[in-house]
Amino acid sequence: MTTPRTEQDAAQLRQTKRSRRASRVAEAASAGVKVLLVKIVLLGIVDAISVYALFVLVMKQDWVVVGLVAFVTLVVNWIYFSHQKLPAKYLAPGLIFLLIFQIFVIGYSGYIAFTNYGTGHNSTKADAVNALIVSSQERVPDSASYGLTVLEQSGEFSFLVTDPDGTISVGSATSPLRVVTDATTDATGKATGLAGYTSLRFADIVAQQQAIAALSVPVSDDPNDGSLRTPDGSSAYLYVSDLVYSAADGTMTNSSTGVVYADNGKTGSFVAPSGEELLPGWKVEVGFANFVHAFGSESIRGPLISVTLWTFAFALLSVLTTFGLGLFLAIVFNDLRMRGRNVYRVVMILPYAFPAFLSALVWAGMLNPQFGFVNQVLFGGADIPWLTNEWLAKFSIIFVNLWLGFPYMFLVCTGALQSIPTEIQEAATVDGARPWQVFRLIKLPLLLVSVAPLLISSFAFNFNNFNLIYMLTGGGPRDVTAGVNVGATDILISMVYKVAFVGASRDYGLASAFSIIIFLLVALVSIVSFKQTKALEELN
Amino acid sequence: MRIAAPETSDLYIPTKRPFNFGRWFSRTGWRHLVGAVMVVFSAFPLLYVLSASLHPGGTLITANGLFNEVDLGSYSTLFNLPQQPYAAWYGNTLLIGTITSVCTVFLGALAAYSFSRMRFRGRRAGLLMLVLVQMFPQLLAVVAIFLLLSGISDIFPAIGLDTQIGLIMVYLGGALGVNTYLMYGFFNTIPASIDEAAKIDGAGHARIFFTIILRLVAPILAVVGLLSFVGTTNEFVIASIVLITPEKQTLAVGLYQFVSQEFSSNYSVFAAGAVLAALPVMALFLFLQKYIVGGLTAGSVK
Repeated sequence: MTTPRTEQDAAQLRQTKRSRRASRVAEAASAGVKVLLVKIVLLGIVDAISVYALFVLVMKQDWVVVGLVAFVTLVVNWIYFSHQKLPAKYLAPGLIFLLIFQIFVIGYSGYIAFTNYGTGHNSTKADAVNALIVSSQERVPDSASYGLTVLEQSGEFSFLVTDPDGTISVGSATSPLRVVTDATTDATGKATGLAGYTSLRFADIVAQQQAIAALSVPVSDDPNDGSLRTPDGSSAYLYVSDLVYSAADGTMTNSSTGVVYADNGKTGSFVAPSGEELLPGWKVEVGFANFVHAFGSESIRGPLISVTLWTFAFALLSVLTTFGLGLFLAIVFNDLRMRGRNVYRVVMILPYAFPAFLSALVWAGMLNPQFGFVNQVLFGGADIPWLTNEWLAKFSIIFVNLWLGFPYMFLVCTGALQSIPTEIQEAATVDGARPWQVFRLIKLPLLLVSVAPLLISSFAFNFNNFNLIYMLTGGGPRDVTAGVNVGATDILISMVYKVAFVGASRDYGLASAFSIIIFLLVALVSIVSFKQTKALEELN
Repeated sequence: MRIAAPETSDLYIPTKRPFNFGRWFSRTGWRHLVGAVMVVFSAFPLLYVLSASLHPGGTLITANGLFNEVDLGSYSTLFNLPQQPYAAWYGNTLLIGTITSVCTVFLGALAAYSFSRMRFRGRRAGLLMLVLVQMFPQLLAVVAIFLLLSGISDIFPAIGLDTQIGLIMVYLGGALGVNTYLMYGFFNTIPASIDEAAKIDGAGHARIFFTIILRLVAPILAVVGLLSFVGTTNEFVIASIVLITPEKQTLAVGLYQFVSQEFSSNYSVFAAGAVLAALPVMALFLFLQKYIVGGLTAGSVK
């Protein structure tokens, strides 16, 4: 209806117009200029950061990440400038972090598990070629001397060199030499400075001696041409590697011995016919090799199985012991006739309030075999290997976790016991039930209904209770027969950490393969437990 | 003078029965016995570390003589260690913990508000996802987090490896999850009629959220904030791989490395560090005990 035909229609139309205007005014009044300003400023900051990020990424030619950042920025702007999408406005900030640092990294672990990522294999093939050539460089015996000035630009060193025929060029470890014409020179024709760079004085060179001595500036894009290095900071010499890389067939040849190292396409490194391997290599996808290695080789399969069993045993025993003690204490202290219950309660919460990593460290001191309080004072100077004997260490871990965990269970059980209506109990007593029967047949089942989900989350927490294990025993005593760094009290997550980050050789690929195994186990446990508790049905 | 109650009266005034130890013991006395044992068990390790910290220059073996010397020397040594910047660790821990917990509370509250008050497609799936995600803690993907951050630091060194912003961002990845679920339950207990009344009075969604709802749910915000702060303070795995420079590390990383280097010889200094590190967390815990217990029964693990 475009034109009002009667008085009444016209009035109705005025009405809707007026009400529409009213709602607009209300929305504007509630949003306010301030809110709008805050919104624009915040979005402006986000956009500015992402534009900067895009700029840097385009410079680095990292197109996949460019696409991702641009996409996320567009989605964020679209959500917040739209007049609908209200739930998205509230969910987006948390969801972005969740997607990157929780969901994406899980998928990324899955990818790393299929690579040989680790010490000696943590970069691309081109980087490995450069690293190999640089590491086997030797000074060319009759190398000409290049006049050198060391330059610095935002923390990165460059070489400004004047070669014997007077050409001036500049280069750094990452960018090969290029000829420059605008350098300032001294009386002898040696270049001393370049616009945009700071020339290092002698004192600076002495202070940065090691970094400058390690610097190797490639002469050209072809690594075989060698590079310039300086022993003293004032003149540079040409260094050429023994190893010659042939880009055409992808092989590395040692020019002094004549051995050809070929890329076999599997291990991500150059291997000689004799089996000798040049390291560093580079990262390649290795298929199921990590899983085959984990399950196939006897020296890893054995520890993996025992660690998995101990992880389950530890988590289960931890839940049972803490729940048992917590429930017992909750019953003992749930008697209104008893005085001073609050004092006991506060003292018993102390272990829970004390930061857990410190508790484990303090207990590690008390259980120290030679000097610890337990052996020296409680056992009169005995030499009991609490943390170094396989089974005693396991016992100590369960015991310390009991100390750490019983207050939680005590609090939870007290709450659950108090929420059970007393009428039920009285009715049972009237019917002639004895206290034990009341507890076993009435209180315990009711209690378990409310506590069961917490027991499951406690199990899940202890399944990955890295801090306790790592701080108390460090996973030890170490299993010397194992092919990886693993001990008798290691649980799966501490094994992952040790394989990936402890010691000289880090194997990210194998560690990620172990993580994937944990994922599968946790998923299995949660499916089973959710089926049992039907927790998911309560969602509405 | 005592008047004997007439035998026929129904008003029977009980005379105070003489104290019977056996009866007292079987009713409440044994409970005190259990209590005493538990008090010793719970408090002893804490007293032990306190006593060790008051013994300057003490080693693990001198720590066994409890409170035989009381001196604050170790505390001043602690702040003058050449290799271990304890004050910096302390400040970092407070800073990272505070920022992480404030942001966690904010992000979680935003999400909980939308789940509780709005009806949209994917809402049920979203809630389900939060339940599932909390089964897989971030530390399982620690290798991938390390490699992701080292990739980021190639491009933006300011938020990559060895930066506290990078670490906080990783922690915020876990902001949605158990926290949101805890808050979602609490938001549902606030009657929706309050929102509707505000809406009729002309308030928009943002005003309702910031000025009405956030104030009404303050207790659960305190619980989530505290649990997140304590969790961050205790976090070792991710902090130990992200923060490399000693001046940037947190207490958990720094104290662990300090202890693993010179455990038995410099025990009193470690103990002093432990006592100071535990103080803020324990104080918060005891002050907010009531709220925390409520939060615990709703399903969070420390």
